[in-house]
Amino acid sequence: MKPETENDLAEVIAAASGPLAVKGGGTRGIAPQGDVLDVSGIRGVSLYEPGALTLVAAAGTPVADVEAALAAEHQRLAFEPMDHRGLMGTSGAPTIGGVIAGNISGPRRIQGGAARDFALGVRFVDGAGNIVKNGGRVMKNVTGYDLVKLMAGSWGTLGVLTEVALKVLPTPETQATLVLQGLNEVDAVRAMAAALGSPFEVSGASHLPEGPDGGPTTMLRVEGFEASVAYRLTQLQMLLSGFGARVERADAASTVRIWADVRDVAAFHGIAGDVWRVSCKPSDGPALAARAQAQGCVFDWAGGLIWLRVSEGTDLRSRLGAFDGHATLVRGTAETRAKVPVFQPEASGVAKLTAGLRARFDPRGILNPGLMGSAA
Amino acid sequence: MEMPKPNSAILARKARVVERLQKVLPRDAVIHDEAETRAYECDALTAYRCPPMVAVLPTSTREVSDVLRICHEEGVPVVPRGSGTSLAGGALPTADCVILGVARMNEVLETDYDNRFIRVQTGRTNLSVTGAVEENGFFYAPDPSSQLACAIAGNIAMNSGGAHCLKYGVTTNNLMGVAMVMMDGEVVEIGGAHLDAGGLDLLGLICGSEGQLGVVTEATLRILHKPEGARPVLMGFDDNEVAGACVSDIIKAGVLPVAIEFMDRPCIEATEAFAHAGYPMCEALLIVEVEGSDAEIDAQLALIMEIARKHDPVELRESKSAEESAAIWLGRKSAFGAMGQINDYMCLDGTIPVSSLPFVLRRIGEMSKEYGLKVGNVFHAGDGNMHPLILFDANKPGDLELCEEFGAEILKLCVEAGGCLTGEHGVGIEKRDLMTVQYAPADLEAQMAVKDVFDPQWLLNPAKVFPLAVSEQRRGTAALAAE
Repeated sequence: MKPETENDLAEVIAAASGPLAVKGGGTRGIAPQGDVLDVSGIRGVSLYEPGALTLVAAAGTPVADVEAALAAEHQRLAFEPMDHRGLMGTSGAPTIGGVIAGNISGPRRIQGGAARDFALGVRFVDGAGNIVKNGGRVMKNVTGYDLVKLMAGSWGTLGVLTEVALKVLPTPETQATLVLQGLNEVDAVRAMAAALGSPFEVSGASHLPEGPDGGPTTMLRVEGFEASVAYRLTQLQMLLSGFGARVERADAASTVRIWADVRDVAAFHGIAGDVWRVSCKPSDGPALAARAQAQGCVFDWAGGLIWLRVSEGTDLRSRLGAFDGHATLVRGTAETRAKVPVFQPEASGVAKLTAGLRARFDPRGILNPGLMGSAA
Repeated sequence: MEMPKPNSAILARKARVVERLQKVLPRDAVIHDEAETRAYECDALTAYRCPPMVAVLPTSTREVSDVLRICHEEGVPVVPRGSGTSLAGGALPTADCVILGVARMNEVLETDYDNRFIRVQTGRTNLSVTGAVEENGFFYAPDPSSQLACAIAGNIAMNSGGAHCLKYGVTTNNLMGVAMVMMDGEVVEIGGAHLDAGGLDLLGLICGSEGQLGVVTEATLRILHKPEGARPVLMGFDDNEVAGACVSDIIKAGVLPVAIEFMDRPCIEATEAFAHAGYPMCEALLIVEVEGSDAEIDAQLALIMEIARKHDPVELRESKSAEESAAIWLGRKSAFGAMGQINDYMCLDGTIPVSSLPFVLRRIGEMSKEYGLKVGNVFHAGDGNMHPLILFDANKPGDLELCEEFGAEILKLCVEAGGCLTGEHGVGIEKRDLMTVQYAPADLEAQMAVKDVFDPQWLLNPAKVFPLAVSEQRRGTAALAAE
């Protein structure tokens, strides 16, 4: 099923007699059970006001179309959404609706915010076929409950997005990366904490235990006007001199490549194994990574986001034990998925609320059933 | 503004409710004498007053849980209260309710500079959160103008903003986790020292829910290192439209100021008479502030001034020192006080797309003549959040009603222009009955379904946010159960 308007989509959902697998570009590998409901036919940028930093697009609009429209005005999606295709081995065109439905954010999340922070408004069709709007196209809006945040990251389990309104930001004049070689994980996380605790506006902080030349590499990104970027790099270098790392600077072109690789977890592309995404308190990162006994590891968000590659079928959560955060199985074999839940199981009080919301927004339990726990 | 009739069955049980509350709280934390409950009769929307049946001042999550469990069992509505600074009547009691004030819960529970967060009890005031971390160079970014008095609990309930949110975002963008007590007394922990939700984003849902889903007792807040410095530039224009175009050009040029504030002529005149800030007499005044090191600020201001010059400003004044910065901000910060010197005023906070600014200001000017009430406009221009201040005379019969009618028309205009009813103050009772202007029945039904899940009996702050007629059936069920 591939509706081309919001009304058609509402009719399809209202008339559905069984589970629906909601699909945008189909690149993020969630593949729930059910008849495929392809939303990519509902597409197009309907409003873009660069002077107001606002863009409104139908949910099925390819991310590439949105980014092309923005680039023409020297603007961008500041939350830097990951492209999952390389990691998941998928093809197709990621959609802007999929980005918001999955709250897909990249390295700049630590400075600028997540996808959910840039979502100003949504339109969606709930599991009963009702068309609902929430939020709007203005940057400040506290009129009623914030269902925009609720929909962002709900992976289609509460409703199917048909339109999103986004806050966009100017693309800075230039960018550069300070590259520190040879730090162990604990020192790397401490160095990244020092950088983020400075006034120098670091917009990316990643550590690769095995960097491009095999040794540990820590990277800090700075963006802005040329003179300001140079000034802040120098200040950061002085601030971190006590760590005794070898320091290099990567120019704008290399910086673009470096952070696209961090964003898309290029280190794991084409290598077998399950891949987990762990969000944690940054200073807990090194200890958690050690407990994971992973075959591959990438730290982003100054240590607060860890990508882990483990052998197929591993129940990573039992290795990690209890911690402040959550672990999501992003790439897993059918065997792993049958054994462990994709999303972190919630404490009972929270699970009850989640189940209650799903039962109200999707009373028949037909939207991506089984994906994020289940309805009450 | 209509409020539901108090439930006589609940009022008849007052003595028992008080007795049960006294068993779980210290004696001085249960206020039930009619002379004393009057202290809680209103918030900063002072035109509406109603003393509650009881007010309680718990000191811990445990005590809040006990209070809510008892009220749940007794079927008593609960109105949570931070510092009572809501301009929308968010903490306005009903005669049959228990006011749950968090003012005694103001401890800092944990400060973590490496991981850049602070965990506090939510009765702590906004400014004192920054106060707890500033000696280490850190601050908490959302800065509502009531920040000296307003509590984090209220900031979370209303998703408060401030003058600097163009760069740093509003409360929801700076809130990492909460401990929240549900109406039945159950305590839930959501989020924490990590980023983003592992499941549904309940934190984002709770923020801005106006105390209707649960009582947030503890909050984990993101803290940031202060910038090296900040400096504003002041510009005056002979035309609102030109000022609006200048804002748009600044944003398009790739500079992201931390604040862009706008004042119109009536507001400039009132402010000058009151604060003598030395503002130029013109149609529109902008204050644009940028941050960074001295050299970075110089570079950004040079670019901003170059853009401004293309719009023929009547005044262009760059701050060169802390004293000059203070002088530039003086008038803006005195604006509300200045308007208050002239008369009583009502402050609105509708938000519009920045591109609609000239049209909306022109229409407000025309409507001001039609209603015979003066309006001054202060405006967070970067994000489209307006603050029209309508002057009226509270002692003149009918003037408040006329002012409310005018205010409602302005908010409808904001929605028509593609904006919304409220950008940072919240709906409360003030904009409750206008919700149908912005939202269709299915939109409101989806929001009320959320409340059904969190508070099935509609006991928490029940008469707010949704038009009374729209929520009547749901609230009616609770009232029946209480009898």
